[in-house]
Amino acid sequence: MNTTTMNSPVQPNTPLPTPSPLLSRTGWSAFTIALLVVCAVAPTLNLLVPKDSVFYLSDYAVGLVGKIMCYAICALAMDLIWGYTGILSLGHGVFFALGGYAMGMYLMRQIGADGNYKSNLPDFMVFLDWKTLPWHWSLSDSFVATLFLVVAVPGLVAFVFGYFAFRSRIKGVYFSIITQAMTFAAMLLFFRNETGFGGNNGFTDFKRILSIPIATPSMRMTLFVMTGVTLLGFYLLVRWLVNSKFGRVLQAVRDAETRVMFSGYNPLGYKLTIWTISAMMCGVAGALYVPQVGIINPSEMSPANSIEIAIWAAVGGRATLIGPILGAFIVNGAKSWLTVAYPEFWLYFLGALFIGVTLYLPNGVVGLIKKLSLAWPKKIRSET
Amino acid sequence: MLRRMILLLMYAMFFIATNAYSITAEEVKAIAIGDAEVRIAALNKAVVTADANTVYLLQALADDAVKFKGEQVFVVRDGKGFDPVSRAEFAVPADAEDVTNNNRLRGELDSALAALKLFSKDEKIRTAAIKQLQSDADESKLPLIEKAFAAEQNPQIKEQLGLVRAAALLNSTDKTKRLEAAKLLSTSTQANTKTVLLARLAQEPEPDVKSALQKSLREVEAALAWGDRLGAIFSGISLGSILLLVALGLAITYGLMGVINMAHGELMMIGAYATYVVQGLFQKYLPGAFDWYLLAALPVAFMASALMGAALERSVIRFLYGRPLETLLATWGISLMLMQGVRTLFGAQNVGVENPSWMSGGVQVLGNLSLPYNRLVIIGFAIFVLLSVGWLIGKTRLGLFVRGVTQNRAIASCMGVNTARIDTYAFALGSGIAGLAGCALSQVGNVGPDLGQGYIVDSFMVVVLGGVGQLAGTVYAALGLGILNKFLEGWVGAVLAKIAVLVFIIIFIQKRPQGIFAMKGRSAEA
Repeated sequence: MNTTTMNSPVQPNTPLPTPSPLLSRTGWSAFTIALLVVCAVAPTLNLLVPKDSVFYLSDYAVGLVGKIMCYAICALAMDLIWGYTGILSLGHGVFFALGGYAMGMYLMRQIGADGNYKSNLPDFMVFLDWKTLPWHWSLSDSFVATLFLVVAVPGLVAFVFGYFAFRSRIKGVYFSIITQAMTFAAMLLFFRNETGFGGNNGFTDFKRILSIPIATPSMRMTLFVMTGVTLLGFYLLVRWLVNSKFGRVLQAVRDAETRVMFSGYNPLGYKLTIWTISAMMCGVAGALYVPQVGIINPSEMSPANSIEIAIWAAVGGRATLIGPILGAFIVNGAKSWLTVAYPEFWLYFLGALFIGVTLYLPNGVVGLIKKLSLAWPKKIRSET
Repeated sequence: MLRRMILLLMYAMFFIATNAYSITAEEVKAIAIGDAEVRIAALNKAVVTADANTVYLLQALADDAVKFKGEQVFVVRDGKGFDPVSRAEFAVPADAEDVTNNNRLRGELDSALAALKLFSKDEKIRTAAIKQLQSDADESKLPLIEKAFAAEQNPQIKEQLGLVRAAALLNSTDKTKRLEAAKLLSTSTQANTKTVLLARLAQEPEPDVKSALQKSLREVEAALAWGDRLGAIFSGISLGSILLLVALGLAITYGLMGVINMAHGELMMIGAYATYVVQGLFQKYLPGAFDWYLLAALPVAFMASALMGAALERSVIRFLYGRPLETLLATWGISLMLMQGVRTLFGAQNVGVENPSWMSGGVQVLGNLSLPYNRLVIIGFAIFVLLSVGWLIGKTRLGLFVRGVTQNRAIASCMGVNTARIDTYAFALGSGIAGLAGCALSQVGNVGPDLGQGYIVDSFMVVVLGGVGQLAGTVYAALGLGILNKFLEGWVGAVLAKIAVLVFIIIFIQKRPQGIFAMKGRSAEA
């Protein structure tokens, strides 16, 4: 809004600017290629190509990329809330872990009587001498109910928490600190044996999903493809969201919340909706993560994990959509290489990344690429 | 071991002076060989008329150093056999069997030895013996306890001994004695008196003794409840004083300057490690003055953290003023690097920091309430730091500048204040206070690379609750959170207490978004 429109009377039927298409032509082709790579190329290279071939995609790589794609979903969710709405959450690890725990409960029930104690109850309950399943496990034997819980539990927690936080207009750093305290409290709660989620060991030793053995190459590939498709689907969803009018209001809230209020909008509904959607996305990521990694425990809720999600988004570039995905791949790729090659340097690297990105790369890698691509032609022009 | 033997010999001498009686070979045999029940009876009979040789035998039995063959009993020490009656050296036959003691017998042996220790010259040993006897005294020890009670000079120990005597009488077969004992015990403030009373109540047949027991039990429980309540308040104040120390630094860096410093906990860790280094230097070069190393550690811890803080402000934080979320992420990165740096330098394990001798021990206030000196010292220290910071901010030129820059940077700059330098000083001050907090924490908790992580959430809660830009708010919030936390802890357990406190804070912020003490005027909506 500039001064000229303020001086002239507002036209009642001013047409809204036409929304930009969901993806450009090149965007759609890139999207199709990505979909093909995930659904066709990767499975072929992993399952059909012989193991000694150069083109063979190792199981380790499949596992790693599958895991990082889950992280990328989290980074996308973080971008939605931080990059587009300006709310830095330091508690997204809770939603990720809640989704993971919901899926983990189902996987624990799928073990059946094949556990160490040959009981129908999960091993840790036998160990604690519990005779029946606690009430919050009652839906855990149904896969459909689990799929519902994966979305509903993080969504509900986020809704309740967000309602109280946004209603009293807690924002900025206050909100970040409160979310960090929330994840810390949740971690302590899940560490307790009495909470009924396996204490500090969490859930592990999964055997089956939908009665199909979980540790086979084809199952691993299926989960990989599902994660990839989910990530790409979320990408489209988020893109549609931020390009819609709703997304524009979100960005206005980020840039000048007070002005949005003075223009007659109530930011509460907008913030609460995007916050809940973001939490649900994290829950889905967690549910995809657990069967691939084979373990979920309360350390996923540690404040350090949640704050790491923020750095993925920051490294890639906030308020761009490809950035967070890229950031998740860059940071986690570096992590899996460094923690093996130079384990003592990983935290130095991560720390330096936090400092360097905030000081020198406010727009992340994507911003850097944009800057360079703008600078290049100019340089060529000036030379010729 | 040797010291124990010498002590035993010392009070054995006391017996020799008062007792003409000596243990016989018959008695030795009865104590050492045969059925456990019979042995216990013999043991309890021998204790009443104990002499040096009895102590010698009992100690040997307790140490599993007794063998027997046929009717002959040997005490085996350092591979040599001794006769327990004459103490003459004997060759132990190769096929001699070990005397084995079951748990019950072991308990009886321990309490018999404890009863004999009541005659020690050393008050500490006597007190320790009383502590042990409180829970397992029975009538068989009564003659010994009576004798010790009559001989006791120290009124405090005598009072304690009276309670032990009553506890022993409680299991008497004589009804009037039991009644008397039940009444005597009502004045006790010991937790094990309650156990003794409950145990007796469960097997008491006589109704009037039963009612007397119940009456005493109520009184003892009331006294204990007071101790518990006062204990919870004290540990709340103690936790509050620690939170206050942690939060005071934050009140300056976050409250006054608006810099959110996630590395605050790691600055505390640096202070704690500085204390550790100073301790090491004193151990090596000044072992005589070791008790006073803490006084030297305070300025070192302050300076180490303050210098680190100044360096951080100059190199990173300065560029991020006005961008709190970015500051948060960058300082988180700093905290990761500092933690890893400490791991590289000192190792990932916790390091040991000892209390100086004047800080160990405590004041016994009630039977079940003792206030440890180190916690008392820290409470005093927190008050001292609070007053110093209040003085520094309120009365000195530096404080005036800090407040001026906080309120209006541009005008302060126009008045000739070097605002960039004031920022550095203020940040270094806040960091230095974190170092002091770390030095204090090293006296009550573990010192390791993760030291700061445990306190950072709590301390931010204190600042959020207390309100930004206030020292008074920080104080009330720290003490309030500390006491609330400890009370809830006693009620629902540590984890649920933490969660309850968090929920409380979130609800509180609904009502008063700017903390307990809101800044008035325009700065509130900053």
